[in-house]
Amino acid sequence: MTSGKVVDSLWEVFLQEKNNSGHVHVGSLRASGSEEALQAARDVYARRGSPISIWVVLSESIVASTPADAPSFFDPKDAKSFRYPNYYKVPRTLKDA
Amino acid sequence: MVWEELRFQALLRHADDRLVLGHRLSEWCGHGPTLEEDIALSNVALDLLGQAKVIFEQSIKTDLKKRSVDDLIYFREIRGYRNVILVEQPNGDFACTILRQYFFDVFNRLWLNSLQSSIDKDLSSFARSALKEAIYHERHTKSWVVRLGDGTKESNERIQEAVSVFYPLSYEFFAQDEIDQKVFSKGLLPNTACFENVWKEEVALTLLEATLQFPKRTSTQMLRGREGRHTEHLDRILSEMQSLARAHPGASW
Amino acid sequence: MTEASRQFDFEGRIARDEKIEPNDWMPSRYRRQLVRMISQHAHSEVVGMLPEGNWITRAPSLRRKISLLAKVQDEAGHGLYLYGAAETLGAEREDLINRLLGGDARYSSIFNYPSVTWGDVGVIGWLVDQAAMVNQTMLTKCSYGPYARAMIQICKEENFHKRQGMEIMAVLSAGTSAQRAMAQDALDRWWWPTLMMFGPPDEESPHSSELIGWKVKMKSNDELRQWFVDLAVPQAEALDLQIPDPELVRDSKTGHWISGPINWDEFRSILEGEGPCNRERIESRRESHFGGAWVREAARAYEEKCRKKKALERESL
Ligand SMILES: [Fe+2]
Ligand SMILES: [Fe+2]
Repeated sequence: MTSGKVVDSLWEVFLQEKNNSGHVHVGSLRASGSEEALQAARDVYARRGSPISIWVVLSESIVASTPADAPSFFDPKDAKSFRYPNYYKVPRTLKDA
Repeated sequence: MVWEELRFQALLRHADDRLVLGHRLSEWCGHGPTLEEDIALSNVALDLLGQAKVIFEQSIKTDLKKRSVDDLIYFREIRGYRNVILVEQPNGDFACTILRQYFFDVFNRLWLNSLQSSIDKDLSSFARSALKEAIYHERHTKSWVVRLGDGTKESNERIQEAVSVFYPLSYEFFAQDEIDQKVFSKGLLPNTACFENVWKEEVALTLLEATLQFPKRTSTQMLRGREGRHTEHLDRILSEMQSLARAHPGASW
Repeated sequence: MTEASRQFDFEGRIARDEKIEPNDWMPSRYRRQLVRMISQHAHSEVVGMLPEGNWITRAPSLRRKISLLAKVQDEAGHGLYLYGAAETLGAEREDLINRLLGGDARYSSIFNYPSVTWGDVGVIGWLVDQAAMVNQTMLTKCSYGPYARAMIQICKEENFHKRQGMEIMAVLSAGTSAQRAMAQDALDRWWWPTLMMFGPPDEESPHSSELIGWKVKMKSNDELRQWFVDLAVPQAEALDLQIPDPELVRDSKTGHWISGPINWDEFRSILEGEGPCNRERIESRRESHFGGAWVREAARAYEEKCRKKKALERESL
């Protein structure tokens, strides 16, 4: 029988699908340690395609913003227009490429 | 024996090892100790069946009886099978399966590594791609051998038992007869004698790390799978594996 | 924010087709229903490995053996993705599995039927996986983000399962008379149970309207069943096989294929545990799970030793 409430840790898996793309979250798994987690991530999440690399991260190590944080963290769309190139008017004759 | 037949027989041995072991591992599908490990074992099984497929395809090029791969798998009698005794052993518990697999994985990695320099271009390019699989298999099973050996008292006892049963069977990887020697000397397949000691040393280091005891060396007299002299376990595998195909001779699937 | 305004906000988000994410506020009933639904779905994937897994060791050619093993392995992956999605809601996989093994959780009724011939392997891929795809394709649009994303991943893999089954059926149907009979017999046995996979008729489906309101379910049981029948009937024709429903007719106005009555008593008795394989399916899962407990304990014990060893090394520095 199972020994009470001891369970394997939960890990989040991030996969880099191709060269020069970022790691994308693909799911989670359970494993007792990091090597086991890495191997399981390979076996479960890298069976198709030809990924470049895998990250596994203990789920409890992830610090996430909450929905309550969102309004003060993130500007509404395009609020700071001065951060975008179209904000600036450059004479046509002045080539910038 | 003519060269064609020698080549065919020699390749058959290695195809059969992978077919039978892949079959054994596939018995775990749906029954693994965790979902993660269930998937991992199926990955290894799929790799081994894929390797078997390529070696069978290479072997039938010189089969004087002109059989297909499926003819060989489904319509060969037990005495015609040429795998080592180790791979036909029942799965037992997870410790047995992992240990049997680890022994094979180390052998397979060494064998494929050396097969890369075969004079046969198809075999050497097969070896290059299969070697990548074998390296991962070994990493996976080795880490389980260490975990189980150095885990709990129960897991240690279980895998220690597996060591004492399977270690003596592993000698058969390196047994050689006339067929083997002829294909070595032609440079077709690796000379297993060249890496027998490497196999032993690496396995010894892993067992040490896993806090496991070495069993005593026993005689290799009775290990004659390469001659088609098997245990009853293979008979049971074949009666299951071949049952459907044999019930419909001539049918395609 | 008050409870009422949160609820209002939540419903607005659902209406605007925004995805609800793990950290977002959600009504506790939404959370509970999702855990129930996702875990049932996960259990179905894992129990669903058994009827087909039964044939891996007997697959009649090496090609079929490899495909079937890869297919059944995918189902383990689906189970895992779905347990993962349920875990984002605060449930724990171990608890969910214990509920299944204790007989307190459901899984798809279809897997309580036996797979007794190779024809069954073909029909499961062709019909059962296709029925699952109909359901899962809808769920890729469901309101809970992790569930919807798991569904997208699953649907991508599911396509090969269906084609694998169709190929088996096409070969059997064009094969020897014994093979043809095998294919027809399998269709005869699995047709009605597959229709039952979509659940009870809408008027008897207890959770449906609430789930549809939350966009957890996107279409009703009967709508999905109809969609499936319309797909499967022409396929059976192309395979030159007879669907075992003498009342099956095409409605000339709507173009839909209308089935005869489904035997819901059979469905209910399976849900109550009286199907031909209920006991052995759960028994088999119990054996694997509890039988594997020592492996999981060993892995944890080993990690614990490694941690202690590292801590000692640090101290001695
Ligand atoms: Fe699935
Ligand atoms: Fe599937």
